Amino acid sequence: MNNRLINWFKYASPQSFYPLAGKMIPWFWALAAVFGVAGLYIGFLVAPTDAQQGEGYRIIFLHVPASWMSMFIYLVMAGWAALGLAYNTRLSGMMAQALAPTGALFAFLSLWTGALWGKPMWGAWWVWDARLTSELILLFLYIGFIALQSAIDDPRRADKAGAILALVGVVNIPIIYFSVKWWNTLHQGASVSLTKAPSMAQTMLWGMLLCALACWMYSIAVALMRARSIMLERERHTEWVRALLGGKSANQE
Amino acid sequence: MKARHKRIALIVGGLAVLGIAATLVLNAFQSNLVFFFSPTQVAAGEAPKGKNFRIGGMVKEGSIAREADGVTMRFVVTDTDKEMVVNYKGILPDLFKEGKGVVAQGKLGEDGLFTANEVLAKHDENYMPPEAAKAVGDAHERAAANKAAAEAASHTLKQ
Repeated sequence: MNNRLINWFKYASPQSFYPLAGKMIPWFWALAAVFGVAGLYIGFLVAPTDAQQGEGYRIIFLHVPASWMSMFIYLVMAGWAALGLAYNTRLSGMMAQALAPTGALFAFLSLWTGALWGKPMWGAWWVWDARLTSELILLFLYIGFIALQSAIDDPRRADKAGAILALVGVVNIPIIYFSVKWWNTLHQGASVSLTKAPSMAQTMLWGMLLCALACWMYSIAVALMRARSIMLERERHTEWVRALLGGKSANQE
Repeated sequence: MKARHKRIALIVGGLAVLGIAATLVLNAFQSNLVFFFSPTQVAAGEAPKGKNFRIGGMVKEGSIAREADGVTMRFVVTDTDKEMVVNYKGILPDLFKEGKGVVAQGKLGEDGLFTANEVLAKHDENYMPPEAAKAVGDAHERAAANKAAAEAASHTLKQ
């Protein structure tokens, strides 16, 4: 084993990941605030009105980032789950568990803002088209993952069961993404994708990308915070947690 | 082979099998997953008969008319190839406009008239300020005018 591999595995142990995450969290919060303010400023005050939809389109600045995050977080969660299954690292299960509520939140936000957008523009809160239905299934997958994880007492077995569910659900992600291409849907196609130039005015696009970055930073910060508490809870019987907490209470006295 | 490698192979293999299964299932349900049928598909008899279904397309320019009763709307949905006449009594969404996308749910009558009970507007994925939209529209008109002029010219040349 060379040095680089050893370094990687060093941070795979909760004991050394815990302080590292603690150091990174404030930075991610700060970046989230900066990107969020910039994105919302451009989105609501700089970006022009839309020719078709008037001011109503501005919900895009929350809707699209939330939808992207809901899909991306699922992929990351499933990635951690796969790592956990393959390498039996303790950190993987904790990270997957820490990401799930944030992913569920974004999936819910995506559906909710979509409904609020659909009513005035399409004329319906909800339709059973392929895009909307597959996103709803994503929300159910998140909820199922959280429920399954917390239904099993032994953390290692809970991780394993959750990981299998997460991996099975991965199939849904390309379905969500390509649904508007593969089938007739009421939902319009992608405005921004890697394969073609974005079909949005420049300032609108900037506002949306900044909001998306803010959501990324928020997700990382919140997931790390959650991972830290999960670590403390799961490893409460270990030396390092006892030393950490003991040291703290000694300081307080 | 170490146990770890075995597990990785199992995960990769499992995902591959799952992916193939999903592809096959989605292919089998292809026709059930469409949200609407185009007028061409309806003309080809692909839409369910005697049942509610949705049609989608563009509202034909200049086709929106109000019936004598004052509440029923009549318009033509086109996919630029085939057309369908739609009757609808109710509130139309704001984005319902001539030349824009529309999805209507209802029944196809014997006479070929589609009676809708719900009309939804379908907008595209382009977002631009009104000035830009006007510029694009003008450019399209100019292009159309140029094309017409070129065709007229080639006609006179042939004669």
